[in-house]
Amino acid sequence: MSALGSLPQVLFSGIAAGSVYALIALAMVTIYRTTEVLNFAQGDMAMMSTYVALALLVAGGLPFFGALLLALVFAAALGAFAEFALLRRAKEPSVLGLIIITLGLEMIVFGFASWKWGGEPRDMPIPLSPTDVVVVGGVIMSHLELATIAIAATTIAALFLFLNRSKAGLAMRAAQQNRAVARLMGIRVRRVEMGAWALAAVIGGIAGLLVGPAATVEPYMMWDPMMKGFAAAVLGGMTSLAGAALGGAIIGIVENLFGFYVSTAFKSVVPFAAILLMLAIKPSGLLARHYVKKV
Amino acid sequence: MDMKRSYYEDLRLFDTLPLGLWLVAATVALAAAPFLLGNYVLYVLGYIAINVIVAIGLNVLVGYTGQISLGHAGFFAIGAYATVLLANVGLPILLALPLAALIAAAFGFLLGLPALRLEGPYLAVVTLGFGLAVENIFAKASVFGGATGPAVPGFGVTFLPGFSREQNLYVLIVATAGLSLLAVRNLIRTRVGRAFIAIRDSDVAASCAGVDLTWYKTLAFAVSAFFTGLAGGLFAFHLGQVDPTSFNLMLSILFLAMVVIGGVGSILGPVLGAVAISLLNLKLKGLKMADFEQIPLAGPDIAAFLGRHFMETGMANIQFIVYGTILVLIMLFEPLGLYGLWIRGKRYWRTWPF
Repeated sequence: MSALGSLPQVLFSGIAAGSVYALIALAMVTIYRTTEVLNFAQGDMAMMSTYVALALLVAGGLPFFGALLLALVFAAALGAFAEFALLRRAKEPSVLGLIIITLGLEMIVFGFASWKWGGEPRDMPIPLSPTDVVVVGGVIMSHLELATIAIAATTIAALFLFLNRSKAGLAMRAAQQNRAVARLMGIRVRRVEMGAWALAAVIGGIAGLLVGPAATVEPYMMWDPMMKGFAAAVLGGMTSLAGAALGGAIIGIVENLFGFYVSTAFKSVVPFAAILLMLAIKPSGLLARHYVKKV
Repeated sequence: MDMKRSYYEDLRLFDTLPLGLWLVAATVALAAAPFLLGNYVLYVLGYIAINVIVAIGLNVLVGYTGQISLGHAGFFAIGAYATVLLANVGLPILLALPLAALIAAAFGFLLGLPALRLEGPYLAVVTLGFGLAVENIFAKASVFGGATGPAVPGFGVTFLPGFSREQNLYVLIVATAGLSLLAVRNLIRTRVGRAFIAIRDSDVAASCAGVDLTWYKTLAFAVSAFFTGLAGGLFAFHLGQVDPTSFNLMLSILFLAMVVIGGVGSILGPVLGAVAISLLNLKLKGLKMADFEQIPLAGPDIAAFLGRHFMETGMANIQFIVYGTILVLIMLFEPLGLYGLWIRGKRYWRTWPF
């Protein structure tokens, strides 16, 4: 993961980082599109799934793909449970109330994971090495980065097809646009919302499993990616899938360009600046249609 | 129940006589504390009072104006750093504190500007980003002392001859908390406070009624940041050091939790919430395996189970599970928090046995 080098190198690293942000952004957009809840627990739910994968790999001795698959199943169960046990129970929820519930969930998950597994960083053993590289035209690409981009692209494409072309995806959109009418049309809105949470948790979990091997697995590992995923989602307009994917790539590239030309120490300020700029110029985001609230 | 029947009732400082008497009693007790209590108790009281200042400041924004902030740890950090840096260049502490709070308020004003166009989730994201950015800048920039933070100068304020550092600090912190409480209580009853509440209830309606949204929303951010910055400055001296990594996301959520658990949009609520969270924080931070062994009946078994499946070093994180659970439960069952419980209890006994 060399950050220094030529401009194409910087762009490549930016896309590799950005594909993870795009996944997190898509997870948030999936939930927001269906239930209009902003899930602040997304990052820490992903962190938890990564720890589960790690535990299955190291302590459980499972084969690599088996552990990953089980971790994603766990992520889906966690997401569905969170919706079923917490968000569904809120009576006449306000935006503030829903945000606070997801914050509470975030604290519970964070506290549990860092109690169970401690705060020290752990390495995640994977069959791909971050140091083996392919050099194409002077750009050094590690196997891990290439795999990250490939996995993210596949996930995004699959999600795209699922949400835009399948009946379940249509039901999710209907649930957001008008809950009551969606119900009258025979859509089981509650089940759809639970499904959206499970789906989002799986996408977030994939992001976590990609972040884990690149850095180390620790309780704080998803805070920074989550913030950038958020920024990407806002950049893309919160409801647009393509916008979220594009936003992730933009944040990743801009962040790496900033690190290359200005300073690596202040890279974390980039997403904040990006959000501010975006919201000041076009609050509805890059690709979402402007939405005016009725009074 | 609490209907105001005359204009005079609206102007009174205390709604009822018993409330006034209780407040007088509390004031006397707090004033007597430095003469009677040991340093550790004063330290705890100071810590609680600092959190009270933050909670009532944040409540102006969250409870009265209806805006959300997940970045108040940022203002807290700005207050702490500004106070220490100003004191380090030779300003007297009693001047550095309000000046630092004004600097925090200026940042609050700036953060409030984008808030005009944003609501709900978007505002949460922007304030979250603000908090993380501030933490990042303070931790990385060498101007601010880097990862260890700037050195905190000695606390050279003496209120009574013969007072120790702890006693003097206690007096300053608790007096500031009391004045802040009074200031916010009065602010809410002025034209400004009514404008805040109107914005919370419906910003469109408030705007139609002639409330300048630009001015009042940014003002709410500034006022809130002022008190948080003030508390941050006091915190730097209270702790004796400034650790940039302590001003993280969890601290912002903790501040919000104080307001929510206590009860948004009341004066008593945030105070209760700050006291509750502070005490829980002090209690749970030092949780040891031995504490579990003392659980009656199954103590050793529980301890053995936890020893097998959990890291003993991570035990301090139990506090987050507790806060998170309380937050969720409060939101699900009593959205008005502890203050809501208090109101319900009062109503129950007033009409008892019916």
